[in-house]
Amino acid sequence: MKLSYYPGCTLRTQAKDLDKWGRLSLEKLGVQLEEIENWQCCGAVYPQATDEIAKKLSAIRALDAAKKNGGKLVTLCSACFNVLKRVNADMKEGGDVAKRANNYLVATGYLSGGDEYKGETEVIHYLEVLRDYVGWDKLKAAVVNPLKDMKLGAYYGCLLLRPNSVMRFDNPENPQILEDFIRAIGATPVSYALRNECCGNYVALKTPDAVKAQVDKIERNAEQAGATALVTACPSCRYNLKVNGNGRLEGVYITELLATALGIKE
Amino acid sequence: MQRIGVFVCWCGNNIAATVDVERVSEILSHEYGVVYSTNYQFMCSENGQQLIKTAIKEHNLTGIVVCSCSPRMHEATFRKTAEAAGLNPYMVEIANIREHCSWIHKDREEATAKAVILGRTAIAKLLLNTPLTAGEVGVTKRALVIGGGIAGIQTALDIAEAGYEVDIVEQRATIGGRMAQLDKTFPTLDCSACILTPKMVDCAQSEKIDILAYSEVEEVKGFVGNFTVKIRRKARYVDETKCTGCGACMNACPSKKGLNEFNMNLNTRPAIYIPFAQAIPNVAVIDPEQCLKLKTGKCGLCQRKCEVGAIDYTMQDTFIERNYGAIVVATGFRISDLKYFNEYGYADNKDVITSLELERLMNAAGPTGGTLLRPSDKKHPKVITFIQCVGSRDISGCGKPYCSKICCMYTAKHAMLIREKYPDTEVHVFYIDIRTPGKNYDEFYRRAVEQYGVDYIKGMVGKVYANGDKLMVQGSDLLNNEQITIESDLVVLAAAIEPEPSVRRIATMLSASIDTNNFLTEAHAKLRPVESPTAGVYLSGMCQGPKDIPETVSQASACAAKVIGLLAKDKLKSNPCVSHSDEMMCNGCGTCANVCPYGAITYIDKEFRLGGGKTETRRVASVNEAVCQGCGACTVACPSGAMDLKGFANKQIMAEVESICKR
Repeated sequence: MKLSYYPGCTLRTQAKDLDKWGRLSLEKLGVQLEEIENWQCCGAVYPQATDEIAKKLSAIRALDAAKKNGGKLVTLCSACFNVLKRVNADMKEGGDVAKRANNYLVATGYLSGGDEYKGETEVIHYLEVLRDYVGWDKLKAAVVNPLKDMKLGAYYGCLLLRPNSVMRFDNPENPQILEDFIRAIGATPVSYALRNECCGNYVALKTPDAVKAQVDKIERNAEQAGATALVTACPSCRYNLKVNGNGRLEGVYITELLATALGIKE
Repeated sequence: MQRIGVFVCWCGNNIAATVDVERVSEILSHEYGVVYSTNYQFMCSENGQQLIKTAIKEHNLTGIVVCSCSPRMHEATFRKTAEAAGLNPYMVEIANIREHCSWIHKDREEATAKAVILGRTAIAKLLLNTPLTAGEVGVTKRALVIGGGIAGIQTALDIAEAGYEVDIVEQRATIGGRMAQLDKTFPTLDCSACILTPKMVDCAQSEKIDILAYSEVEEVKGFVGNFTVKIRRKARYVDETKCTGCGACMNACPSKKGLNEFNMNLNTRPAIYIPFAQAIPNVAVIDPEQCLKLKTGKCGLCQRKCEVGAIDYTMQDTFIERNYGAIVVATGFRISDLKYFNEYGYADNKDVITSLELERLMNAAGPTGGTLLRPSDKKHPKVITFIQCVGSRDISGCGKPYCSKICCMYTAKHAMLIREKYPDTEVHVFYIDIRTPGKNYDEFYRRAVEQYGVDYIKGMVGKVYANGDKLMVQGSDLLNNEQITIESDLVVLAAAIEPEPSVRRIATMLSASIDTNNFLTEAHAKLRPVESPTAGVYLSGMCQGPKDIPETVSQASACAAKVIGLLAKDKLKSNPCVSHSDEMMCNGCGTCANVCPYGAITYIDKEFRLGGGKTETRRVASVNEAVCQGCGACTVACPSGAMDLKGFANKQIMAEVESICKR
């Protein structure tokens, strides 16, 4: 099976591990991730400023490319997922933003009239591919190196889950998909209350103390529950756990663990 | 040949702003059969009605069409008007050009055109109307109250006081309801049980009131004045007539693991138990899920202990059938499920509790004997944080869109009582708005803030999580514009209230309408607030909407007044719009009796003359006009077209449809 794939810029620079092991693992599980052509940075959260269409154009181009290549677009980075899904929802809704963006894309010749982008593409997170296209049972069966001794805290952060009205990813207050993933690769999920709290990334430069306090709170909550590492799909979360964390709890990418469990990564 | 008058109402601007009433009355004046047509500002007013009466007499009208509001609103008014002018009241047709037209359209041209069509349709029907005469039916002088909380108790007491018999059907083993679980009541802080239990005793002692506890309504037949209700008396396994309520069985019972529902499951009770000390009837009941004898056949200790031989393990549910003139729904409320509100950690932390659980923790008859101890480690909490509007005023779809109305006041009560009893305790309250409309209510809340120093924080809580043996309450303080975290020992959630779920089943049985939140709908939100749109069905208490005790008691008494008004009548005018069967066409197939919800149709063998001196005996349908409610189900089901409804005959309906379709 082939699915269109949007890696995003961080996965090309800071988070190469997230990308590399993600592709290899899915390949082993029978899913080919096909990188769409000429993609650009999604712009992180900035496209959500409601009065600005220019910042959404990159996401729309990616979504439109996927529309013409299977109608589905997989992404791994939480921020890309958030942006793509929200911009897609804007386009589907067909309001002012959608009209202006399409007008621009038609006027500049990127799209032809009558071929406007109307939110047709389905944006899928990597975890959803594992759950819905591979299946937890098949994943379990493919595990050659179950991570038996690991007590892992699922760290969702904010971008995968919120705003729930658009993301519809999992129960925003009591999500389960990462826990299911952890179980599938043979490790033990540790439940802790702050797993859906924001790591504070957006104020990391402006008020680093606030971020330190936030990460510290999350880590202590996870440690109290017995976690020895935190699993994340978000480069920002991992960055903050690393830079602003207490150093005891390691932040690991879902794909690194997956690759290890599948025997691809040492 | 009919002489029809058309009266188009402006309803002030309600109709006239959107519909060109002048043009409607002008166009309709040219319709076949119409000899007079006019319009007026308020047709329902004294002057408007006089205008109709005069026109009927002057123009010798045989029927009238009033183009106005919904027939629910003023059909009865205009029928009376016509009757006063000497017309048969069933020669009146209403064209609803308000709710069905002016209120829902914006375009004046479109609305005017539609009003004309609706007027024509009513005229088409009226041309085929025939005068009808209402019959009379008797009234069973007994009322049924479903639910034995304070609402049901008050309604029953008031009806009994007027001299009528009342049955209270209560699904739990005792009457008393939610109010029995409360510790103190706002704004006077008097003990809930102390003011409730005398009323419970009054019910038990009243010769007019029959308490059917541990029972459920199973089936309702009939109509206003003449309901027949089947009631399931659930097996208590204890003979109510023998049990003295001594409690010896409870002490003997070896199974002690059943959760104590009365204490909001905060402690356990034996398998055989009396729900609480003042229960009425003061009779034990066996929980079949917990009873060893019923589950395994081994035990029987309670039976051996019982000196009066009241315990019977072979008891089965029984059914009784009774007749009532009126039915009151007083099914009450419960605390809504918090499963969609994981952010408050209710399921994960023992020390996150609901307000109703706190009531039990503060009550002298509760699991802690009235000493406030937190559930996890039985320690006295030093910092308590209340969170209001948990699931109320929620538009995310997880909770309820409405305000639960009682939470602001009971939270202030809790905060005040805790500060009074344990002055060393720090109390915080997160709120969105404080709503205290009611006599002495705002003064009460201010006392909590000013006199008792309760810390009110405007803002909502985003998360409650455990940190060691503390609960971290993370929320926003909107007035100080900051994010705060309060390290607490106990967190109390003012969870939204919702109607008791069994109300859905009951409403269906009664054909009483219910809104999207499962609250029963009133006949009129302002002017008939204690009646259901279904005749003979009345609403008391929380089943109609959130309300506190004073309001519940007022409504319960209002409801009783309405019931008494009905029961005081010896006869009710019956609806003449009933079914009848054309015996020449009926072939006795039995379809109509199968669909009749009221059991109004039977079959008789009738002899028909065929001519030439021959006769033939055929089975034909016969409608009991006193029982028929004119729903029309039989007329639709009848395969030969023999069934027809007076006042809504098949040919009248077809004439209406034709009139709408022809352009």
